[in-house]
Amino acid sequence: MARTATYAVLLAVAAVYIYPFLINVATSFKTDADATSDPLSLVPASWSLDAYSRLFLRSDFPVWFANSAIVTVCVTAGRVFLNSLAGYALARVDFRGRGVVFAGIIAVMAVPGVVLLIPKFLVINQLGMYDTYAGMIIPLLSDAAGIFIMKNFFESIPRSVEEAAKIDGASTFRTFWSVVLPMARPALVTLVILSFQGSWNELSHFIVSAQSPELMTLTKGVAQLASGALSQGNQYPVKLAAAAVMTIPVAVMFFIFQRRIMNTTEGAEKG
Amino acid sequence: MATTTAPVRRRRPRRSGIQGREAVAGWLFVAPVLVILGLFLVLPVAMAAWVSVSDWTGRGSPFSSDVGFVGAQNYRTLMVDGGLATQDFGTAMRNNAWYVLLVVPTQTAISLFLAVMVNRRILRGRGFFRTAFYFPSVTSSVAIVVLWLFLFSASGAVNKLLSFIGIAGPNWFNDPRGIVHVTLGAIGVDAPAAGLLAEHGFLGITWWQWLAGPSFAMSAFILMAVFTTSGTFMLLFIAALQNISGEVEEAAMMDGTTAWQRFRLVTLPMLRPTLFTVLTLGLIGAWQVFDQIYTGTQGGPSKTTLTPAFLSYQASFNNGRWGQGAAIAFVLFALIVVLTVAQRFILRESDTVPRRKRFVRTPPVPTLTDEKSST
Repeated sequence: MARTATYAVLLAVAAVYIYPFLINVATSFKTDADATSDPLSLVPASWSLDAYSRLFLRSDFPVWFANSAIVTVCVTAGRVFLNSLAGYALARVDFRGRGVVFAGIIAVMAVPGVVLLIPKFLVINQLGMYDTYAGMIIPLLSDAAGIFIMKNFFESIPRSVEEAAKIDGASTFRTFWSVVLPMARPALVTLVILSFQGSWNELSHFIVSAQSPELMTLTKGVAQLASGALSQGNQYPVKLAAAAVMTIPVAVMFFIFQRRIMNTTEGAEKG
Repeated sequence: MATTTAPVRRRRPRRSGIQGREAVAGWLFVAPVLVILGLFLVLPVAMAAWVSVSDWTGRGSPFSSDVGFVGAQNYRTLMVDGGLATQDFGTAMRNNAWYVLLVVPTQTAISLFLAVMVNRRILRGRGFFRTAFYFPSVTSSVAIVVLWLFLFSASGAVNKLLSFIGIAGPNWFNDPRGIVHVTLGAIGVDAPAAGLLAEHGFLGITWWQWLAGPSFAMSAFILMAVFTTSGTFMLLFIAALQNISGEVEEAAMMDGTTAWQRFRLVTLPMLRPTLFTVLTLGLIGAWQVFDQIYTGTQGGPSKTTLTPAFLSYQASFNNGRWGQGAAIAFVLFALIVVLTVAQRFILRESDTVPRRKRFVRTPPVPTLTDEKSST
């Protein structure tokens, strides 16, 4: 009895969480009139690919998609490398000032991102990186949370693993690269997921780091769509198709690594 | 700084050979990260601090000689003068305060509820439920806003559902009326009770305006925030719940406690640290509403979805009032810091569990967690 009630409640809540996405996808295949007249139904009155052909053939959507892909790939690769490098040094390499560096990084973590919107623009502009890929990518390359995750992971690996390599005279980088890093796969995967998701979904940084249409990312482009560019009237199917397409990469990522996400997040709390 | 490091250096013996090389490697390893964080986090804060006390108009360098120092002028314009800038700032603070007040407790309660439900060992399909609840958290806020604008449009899905139970839903994203005012109106309190509420105020708007509550438009954003964040926080709670040993619960069960008593007296006290994390992260996040406003309403209708973060952006990028924009960012920063510290303080106080109940705080038996981390 109690168990039935539990399932009933959970299923109801799950429906609330899932149904909007089903509506999203269904509506992207509807006609404008159908979308407005029957917003709840999951089956279009007549299937239409109009929204998608409009997006991919008659708008800059492909450019946005490509830009998001470029930025996301660069940011993810860079972040994973730089964060694990720094995380390793902070966990294992004995150098003077390590504690200060770590404390500094933790302090930086506390600065709320939105506070940095204007200042980031000022610096990017001052460095002559405004409206370039460099300006969009480089500032996102390191994040304190990622360093933290890597540091914690490296600390959990027993030191004996590296000792053999050290005795053989391997350099610190060599030890890091060929001995320790391959063992860090679980943490690296976590970092890849977080960086991918974070940079793909990033909006505010791109707003302040570029303005030219050639450098428009999906988030910026779709935000513009939402506020009525490209269309007269509501044009919900086009907007929702755009939203659906931009969700696909993170969704794919999510479902591939789902087990890992659920587990590592559980692990992250324990440190 | 440089002067303080010198004596320290002398105290320690010079390292040589492998150790010296290691120190170099260490610095090389952290250098890229330090440069990036320094350039794009620390330097910006310093620059913005200068801009917030200058009359820079956005042309040329903020450090050029024709940019003047204006002291606290930008802050005064925002918070004291009572002009349009003050009113906008007050309105934005009002909107965001209601947002925080409603979002933070709701998302915490719902994520805790979901975590407790989903964490039951006997429950089938736990993976499915976790996925369902977490999925909104991974999708982009822009995509969710687009969806929300559709769901909450005048003839949208939400109003359709409401119509099934006989409620004529509002025109969500176009209705600037505060929901507290609407509720008061329904019970006959319409005009601002003349006097205190209508004539006095804070930050350029009257107390009556502060008490209007979030507009329908803002309420839709509030629901959206709960929808998109509860999954993440649910995962944090699940992690904490799994660290609670089953034995403690069993012992409590043997003592004849009800499920609710076990939750309140055993589980909840052990979740305190996570509760604190969730509340703090929630508070920090909720004071930074930007993406949603930028994508969705740009502050409208009638400025009822204006937030300090968006106002800061708007003042700088759209209106060229960079000093004011930077000042707003700093006020927001200060507010977040103060609230976080206050919250920590308050929770610390209540954190001292009476000695009598201390038994529940014995360190959890580590078997469960070790199993997991080794796989």
